[in-house]
Amino acid sequence: MSFEAVIGLEIHAHLRTASKIFCGCSASFGAPPNTQVCPVCLGLPGALPVLNRAAVDAAVQAALALSCSVHETSVFARKNYFYPDLPKGYQISQYERPLATGGVVELGAGAAARRIGITRVHLEEDAGKSLHAGFADSDRKTYVDYNRSGVPLIEIVTEPDLRSPADAAELFARLRAILVWLGVNDGNMEEGSLRCDANVSVRPAGAPALGTKTEVKNLNSFRFLQKALEHEIARQIELVSAGRRVVQETRLFDAASGRTISMRSKEEAHDYRYFPEPDLPPLVVDAARLERIREAMPELPDARRARLAERYALSEHDAAQLTQSRAAADYFEEAIAAGAPAKLAGHWMMGELARALKEAGDDIAASRVGARALAELLALLDAGTISGSMAKTVFATMYASGRPAGEIVAAEGLAQIDDERQIVALVAEALALHADAVAQYRGGKAGAFGFLVGQVMKAARGKANPARVNALLRKALEPGP
Amino acid sequence: MTEDTIAGLAGAVRTGARTATEICQRALAQLDATEPSLHAFNTVAADRALARAAAIDRHPARWKQAPLAGVPIALKDNLCTRGLRTTASSRILDTFVPPYDATVVERLEAAGAVVVGKTNCDEFAMGSSNENSAYGPARNPWALDRTPGGSSGGSAAAGAAGIAPAARGSDTGGSIPQPAAICGVVGLKPTYGRVSRYGLIAFASSLDQIGPFTRTVRDAALVLSAIAGHDPMDATSEAEPVPPYADALTGDVRGARIGVPRGLVGAGVDREVAQAFDEALASLADRGARLVDVELPHAPYAIPVYYLVATAEASSNLARYDGVRYGMRTPPAAGAGPDLPAMYASTRAQGFGPEVKRRIMLGTYVLSAGYYDAYYLKAQQVRTLILRDYDRAFERVDAVAMPTTPTPAFRLGEHAADPLQMYLGDVFTVSANLAGLPALSVPCGFTAGGLPIGLQLIGRRHDESTLLRVADAYERGTAWWTHRPPIATR
Repeated sequence: MSFEAVIGLEIHAHLRTASKIFCGCSASFGAPPNTQVCPVCLGLPGALPVLNRAAVDAAVQAALALSCSVHETSVFARKNYFYPDLPKGYQISQYERPLATGGVVELGAGAAARRIGITRVHLEEDAGKSLHAGFADSDRKTYVDYNRSGVPLIEIVTEPDLRSPADAAELFARLRAILVWLGVNDGNMEEGSLRCDANVSVRPAGAPALGTKTEVKNLNSFRFLQKALEHEIARQIELVSAGRRVVQETRLFDAASGRTISMRSKEEAHDYRYFPEPDLPPLVVDAARLERIREAMPELPDARRARLAERYALSEHDAAQLTQSRAAADYFEEAIAAGAPAKLAGHWMMGELARALKEAGDDIAASRVGARALAELLALLDAGTISGSMAKTVFATMYASGRPAGEIVAAEGLAQIDDERQIVALVAEALALHADAVAQYRGGKAGAFGFLVGQVMKAARGKANPARVNALLRKALEPGP
Repeated sequence: MTEDTIAGLAGAVRTGARTATEICQRALAQLDATEPSLHAFNTVAADRALARAAAIDRHPARWKQAPLAGVPIALKDNLCTRGLRTTASSRILDTFVPPYDATVVERLEAAGAVVVGKTNCDEFAMGSSNENSAYGPARNPWALDRTPGGSSGGSAAAGAAGIAPAARGSDTGGSIPQPAAICGVVGLKPTYGRVSRYGLIAFASSLDQIGPFTRTVRDAALVLSAIAGHDPMDATSEAEPVPPYADALTGDVRGARIGVPRGLVGAGVDREVAQAFDEALASLADRGARLVDVELPHAPYAIPVYYLVATAEASSNLARYDGVRYGMRTPPAAGAGPDLPAMYASTRAQGFGPEVKRRIMLGTYVLSAGYYDAYYLKAQQVRTLILRDYDRAFERVDAVAMPTTPTPAFRLGEHAADPLQMYLGDVFTVSANLAGLPALSVPCGFTAGGLPIGLQLIGRRHDESTLLRVADAYERGTAWWTHRPPIATR
């Protein structure tokens, strides 16, 4: 019997706001433990939450980018459970009335396109972080850092529309790309600013009913998500094939062994006792505010890809490559605005620039050769001032030194020799020096031509325009009239 | 001192006729003299108060406009005070010293008030008799074997005993009007959202509100003016402008329409209380108010609705007392295991008193999967009906009057075996909390045995002014407010 997997994801994404969701503490990552805390995010007696508007704006942007309907009124709710990193004993989240519902993300294109439904996007606060290791007494004690307590989060819940671990990983990557593109999330999974849980079940292929699902928690990379799902699906298929039952439970992925392990069963599951948060009035995002947020949003990846492909006559592949990030697309369009030919700019971004960035470990937004600087180089190349190979040398110098292309070309005398009289003189010189090669060529040995081109280029220290050298050399070698 | 009012004291300090220090010393002396029998305070802040009074006296010019200049004030022990122990009368917070001030504390001190101490109350404000305090009950200044009411019993007792002319209470289900009535002082619970709750240790967030205990209605207006108004730290505090409450005190109630829910105040009300209530109504009518019968058909459901909503919210609000970050932490009992749940269980078992545990359990049950709709949701629906009853009544009247409590102060221990009986004593007060309406209790007589009785007025949202106007006019025509318990004149 063949089986089909049914997968849905829950993504938690930190919102890149200056302050936390319900207080004025900094939401930045990496400060010494418990230095970014106040009565509110420590859950001290009497402290009350006040909603950060910037977090709402960011969440609304994300919801719009996922084609969700943003509800004019949404309601915060308390999710009650005990854990030391949860200072109030409840998490302020949204439950029955989330910020947004009913979105969609499309994977693939054409006949292979898969539409993945987005069930909901809601706002909530993050908890603190329990530190179980790294202290001298970690065998006996757990420390808690509350810097993360109250950092704004959105939870994105997908429909169970995914059918393979690879699609799940691709969707997670797509969601990450969209959030980072919007600038609402930094995409940093190692720091926990983007986290993923997966719900998965299996059923005989084509069966209408869903199997019993498990939830696999804390999948903090695309690869882990895929591996965890592969393992979990195999485990469930094995159980079902052996006539046993899948137990509804929460499981943890153990990256070291590549396996999922049981964390708690349904019977042990929390009853979160959700109820509307009485300390916060309902969140109202009226039409005017929604419009303001929509207008402030950058052009979204799909739209920009289509526009670049059309406007600059790029291939599907190139357009996709150049819109992998908003910074890349911005770079591309800035280079064009500065005069670079579109095809050449795209070619160089995917070639030399990508290589240099990768070697230096730089992000394109922090490229040591900016879009305008690249445009200057490409203009020199396009005008024939320098050759293609020379341009690569100049680019390397630019990346290493930060100097502009024109300055390097001038200072190092790298401008291409394009002048016919100069090249004719160089050709004549080479013919005189290598009469034997000339004789060989004339005697029918075609290979001698390449040797003579090489000699001319050598004499020109590589700067002669190769096409002209070719043409003028051929002309000089022709039998006289 | 005992005849002093806020208006009189602050005026004397502003003009330099008296010093804040001398007033503070007399308040502390009265506190010392009465505390052994009243037990109204959990923490006395004598040094802090004297330092504060001295600071006011050093710079009299700064306090020329201060409405509460040099006025001693007692704060209910569930209001956070920076550097001053705040326990909510719970063992679990026995050692808790807040690093911040509640907004009302900031506002009172900015207005010139001098905090003399933190008053006893029911644990986490859960109770109607002060007997649920981890430190033992405060006592009624009029009869030391009786309750001062609750949960703000210590504040009402301190006010009645002439220790502080202003005491601050909080009110979740009648915790201001009820103790005010049975201690013979004025108590005002403002509209929900009128006064910031930031720094008030939460019991039931959608019901909690802070308000003053004072000797006179005018003093209540003065204090309310100092603490009311929007607070950016409390998302439920309202932006509604604060009117000049003292301007409402015209002494004129002619034409005021006072609703009387006869159906509600019939059965179950003590004969002397009923008589005092009728006399108070007659007095208002004599002064030109019009009495109008009104119906509050859903008011009898207020008690069950209250105990569903309040306990649900409390079960969540009190989850933070887990022994992890502050307050009490008790190691697990031997054999209970070294794990976290055992520490939670042990800390909360020893840290909370029986009434708090009862309410946490009730509230947890009410919110549980499968019961939420039947209890919490249903209660919220009935709550809406109670509010609509009032809305309908306020189409025809300007305020609704009823006795504040069905009986005068009961004896300590009288309801110990039957918490339900005690819950029923809140029948007239909890509906104002459920509906978020302002309520004021003003003294309206004494029983033959010398126990105070209160008249309660409930008003429209944000219409504290009408309550103050009617109560002030009533107070001017009576002398009840001048009666002092023997302990106050000692």
